[in-house]
Amino acid sequence: MSENATTSPAASPRPAIAGWFTIDDEPALLGNRCTTCGTVFFPKASFFCRNPACNGSEFEETKLSRQGRIWSYTDAQYQPPPPYVPRSAEHTPFAIAAVELAEEQMVVLGQVADGYTVADLHVGQQVELVVEELFTDDNGQQLVWKWRPIGASA
Amino acid sequence: MSSDVVVAGVGMHPWGKWGRNFVEYGVVAARAALADAGVDYRDVQFVSGADTVRNGYPGYVAGATFAQALGWTGARVASSYAACASGATALEVARAEILAGRCDVALVVGADTTPKGFLAPNAGDRPDDPDWLRFRLLGATNPTYFALYARRRMALYGATERDFAEVRAKNARHGLANPNARYRKDFSVEDILASPMVADPLRLVEICATSDGGAAVVVTSADYAQRHGIDNVVRIRAVSTVTPAFPQTVIEMPDFATDSGVASDAVTPFKDSIAKAAYEEAGLGPEDLSLAEVYDLSSALELDWYEHIGLCKAGEAERLLHDGDTTIGGRIPVNPSGGLACFGEAVPAQALAQVCEVTWQLRGQAGARQVDGARVGITANQGLFGHGSSVILTR
Repeated sequence: MSENATTSPAASPRPAIAGWFTIDDEPALLGNRCTTCGTVFFPKASFFCRNPACNGSEFEETKLSRQGRIWSYTDAQYQPPPPYVPRSAEHTPFAIAAVELAEEQMVVLGQVADGYTVADLHVGQQVELVVEELFTDDNGQQLVWKWRPIGASA
Repeated sequence: MSSDVVVAGVGMHPWGKWGRNFVEYGVVAARAALADAGVDYRDVQFVSGADTVRNGYPGYVAGATFAQALGWTGARVASSYAACASGATALEVARAEILAGRCDVALVVGADTTPKGFLAPNAGDRPDDPDWLRFRLLGATNPTYFALYARRRMALYGATERDFAEVRAKNARHGLANPNARYRKDFSVEDILASPMVADPLRLVEICATSDGGAAVVVTSADYAQRHGIDNVVRIRAVSTVTPAFPQTVIEMPDFATDSGVASDAVTPFKDSIAKAAYEEAGLGPEDLSLAEVYDLSSALELDWYEHIGLCKAGEAERLLHDGDTTIGGRIPVNPSGGLACFGEAVPAQALAQVCEVTWQLRGQAGARQVDGARVGITANQGLFGHGSSVILTR
């Protein structure tokens, strides 16, 4: 059997970006925390703490809260331009949510899980982090974090 | 008074989708501004260009590009990039040169030629650039962010899609009489609500297009204007180019997340701080304004700006709109030019176009869109990655 790229089984699914989130049974975003002042950053800060009152330059990796509440939401009814990679020949609108994490006191964007539209969402709604397909190309399936409403079925 | 910097002349190349070289638009605008001021180009001591990043190397060195196109004279030069705030930054560089006593006459120019469709990040594989990554990982375009603010407004204050459409209809009416506007078409609220949804709850005609255009401002010391008999000048009372304070807990384009507030005291939200700094410098407040030109990247965003520049308290913008306060003839007309709704965005020219409009209004030269008795005007705008932009001008 040929081993060339077009006929071989796709490589195993992998994060579309390394080091931003875990893909275990309880996936979480990976931020970091300044060891001097305690400020949390996502994506991770590097080299210097961005709190102007802090001279810290060391960070420890931290998993962000897996649940939060929707701060606001919208969708993409038209296909975004590159470097967005379409998942299919015909664009299917997808929803995007900005989610407030209480413990970190920050808002984090993410696509909304497959199967949900803006009609399923409201501000203040509780959501949790999941990992799903971003797109699949010749190198296999690429994964990204998404927000999924809790207690609602797609 | 003698330390004042004044606007001696303004000029624009009409906005459109012409597809020609941006330098042409800049030169047309510059010559118009020089003619308006009655200043000979050879007397300009400083050329301040607002850069475009979509037109190759000449765009990155816009000051020199425009200076060469107008004819080398040995004038000093600067080129500034601050995304949508580039024009205000270029104006501030020129003003600082005059305030420092290094020159008396400066020419500020911004122009752009834009591609069709969504503004996309620069090409290439650049996973370290958040502006690239947001498209790749989220499919988040500029309208995504505008729509998040719009939906938030609906949830917090009960704003409706109809309210947003009414902003767009107002600006369409304002722009009808503006010869420099790209779109001069009357839209009913029903027309707008029938436009295709792009990023729920925002529709196609409610989201600012990308345009070609050019704008220029001649600034001089007040002494120079007086010595050379340039009358009908407008004083620049403030230019705010502030950055955000930490921590910012409202999501901003092109970021994935806000700052975290866990280890710091709350601060003034960025969009509120932009005009605040301008008011402080000018010694004026929102109650002194005759008009405002704000950055209506979307219909809904104009309502946010009413609150950010202090025209009303948070949650009251819809009432201001419905009372007709922000329509020409009302208490505090907003975007009498027609705003971005009627222009579309020509990034480096846009903050200067706002200054052009306020200048015409304060001189009483705005024709059918004139705000009666205009004495004080403000512009407000924000550039990607944290560039504030607000200018206060007075008679």
